[in-house]
Amino acid sequence: MAIGVKVMERPTGDVSYIRATLKGMALTFKHMFQARVTLQYPEVRSSDDWRIATRWRGTHRMLTDEQGRSKCVACGLCPQICPANCIKLVPGEDEAGNRYPLIYEIDEFRCVFCGYCQEVCPEEAIHVGVHYENAEYSRDRFVYDLERLSAQVHPVSTLWDPTDPRGE
Amino acid sequence: MSPEMKGFILVSVIKLLVIFTALLVGVALLTLMERKVAGWMQNRPGPNRVGPFGILQPAADGIKNFIKEETSPAGASTALFMLAPAFSFVPAMMLLAVIPLAAPLPLTFDFTLPLIGRVVHDGLLPISIADLPIGFLFVLAIGSIGVYGIALAGWSSNSKYSLLGGLRGAAQMISYEVAMGLSLIPVLLLTGNVSFSEIITKQQAGLWFVGPLFISFFIFLVAGFAETNRLPFDLPEAESELVAGYHSEYSSMKFSMFMIAEFAHIVTISAMVATLFFGGWDIPFTTWDEQGGLAQTIATHVAFFLKMFFWIFFVMWIRWTLPRFRYDQLMSLGWKVLLPLALAYIMVTAGALWGIERGFGWTTPREQGFALLGLNVVLGYLVFFILDRGRVVRGVGSAGRPVSVAGEG
Repeated sequence: MAIGVKVMERPTGDVSYIRATLKGMALTFKHMFQARVTLQYPEVRSSDDWRIATRWRGTHRMLTDEQGRSKCVACGLCPQICPANCIKLVPGEDEAGNRYPLIYEIDEFRCVFCGYCQEVCPEEAIHVGVHYENAEYSRDRFVYDLERLSAQVHPVSTLWDPTDPRGE
Repeated sequence: MSPEMKGFILVSVIKLLVIFTALLVGVALLTLMERKVAGWMQNRPGPNRVGPFGILQPAADGIKNFIKEETSPAGASTALFMLAPAFSFVPAMMLLAVIPLAAPLPLTFDFTLPLIGRVVHDGLLPISIADLPIGFLFVLAIGSIGVYGIALAGWSSNSKYSLLGGLRGAAQMISYEVAMGLSLIPVLLLTGNVSFSEIITKQQAGLWFVGPLFISFFIFLVAGFAETNRLPFDLPEAESELVAGYHSEYSSMKFSMFMIAEFAHIVTISAMVATLFFGGWDIPFTTWDEQGGLAQTIATHVAFFLKMFFWIFFVMWIRWTLPRFRYDQLMSLGWKVLLPLALAYIMVTAGALWGIERGFGWTTPREQGFALLGLNVVLGYLVFFILDRGRVVRGVGSAGRPVSVAGEG
């Protein structure tokens, strides 16, 4: 026995084995006829009493402006704050002096989906999304480049709002 | 070879093919049933993707297991490693060979087959592969061979988890076999015979043995769970401690063999419970089923199947109700509770039978049955009152004293 482990004395004399077993069996039997709670996943993705949370933090998405360019100004805050170090950003500058990302890549394997990139972004460009189906056949497909991030269409996460802590 | 001998061999071969095919298909479907029951008891639908209601799931599992890679762990004792699944598979199959599945069928034929010649059969055809006169001695003997499969699988895998699982399996099965064998002695006392067909006849004449020998039935049921290595006694493959226990290192069809063996054991135990304590193929409250004929054979088989099916369901039901025993609890339940109880019950039954025959002069199965039923109501109440309060099962609950930790520094 390990040192300092408290061993409870069980009320053996009062414990009922047979009745407890029969009660348990009655319970499991009752469950056989209750409603099933399973969602038939690929066909049914949400039901009346269940949907994926709007605060879900999944696959990233880069928002674009009216001309279809990404909103990112390559300020460098997201790779700075990223705790998993999964964002690769190489900034560029055009003739007018506007900064834009030459390379913007997110490694979805390294990402821990904390959502800091979305919170820190001053331009509301990078977002985590309400989306979780991103299976691929090879590992390098999980490094999303700028083009792919911009092409995502799923809704973006609302993150946590301190004024509405329960998301109501 | 005489035409009668040829006829006997012919019907035996046909029975072999039919019963073993049905058993293997049934076992495959039982894997589906188990998963369905598991699902239902957890408010899930269970497997429902392969075929309508998931009915083809066993076939999919089978194909998957056939085309998977056979692995052999480094340092394994190859010969035994290959033999172990067969050791557990074959006895499990053999056990069902002696259990009567229906009323004997009156069958008369006399015809000539090409190559074989004239075949003759006349008289009652027992609907079991072999209606052995040594009935359940055979079951006990063959059933204990199953332990070799588990012990050898555990040892030959060259893996610590497997070895521990195998050791546990061996210890557990041997322990509970004692209680199981002893729990059947009262059945022998009451029938005066060990053949299954005699036991069924006796129950038809008197009462189903579940009444007159209730404690036996209870011990047999609990020991049967332990023999099949099912929850709450599935310590040999306790996945939370031992990965998968004795079959950790097995893959593909060899693993499947262990699975088939386990489910075949469930079938056998359920069939044994139905036969020994629930009248076998007897249809209650009627003597129509004893007259013999095709209709009777079919009807009695349906009756037997329903009884067996209930106990199969019961095994699964218990599995999803009770948690696993701790190892010392398992051992103390077997040795400290079931074994003394079985021994005491033998003495009580033997004494009661002697008293009933000598004292009251009741000798017909019905009189003896009712007299023992009365005794068992009293005994059952006492035993379960004591068991239920944990007075006998102290070891099972807990030794009770808090461990003093003061001096251990």
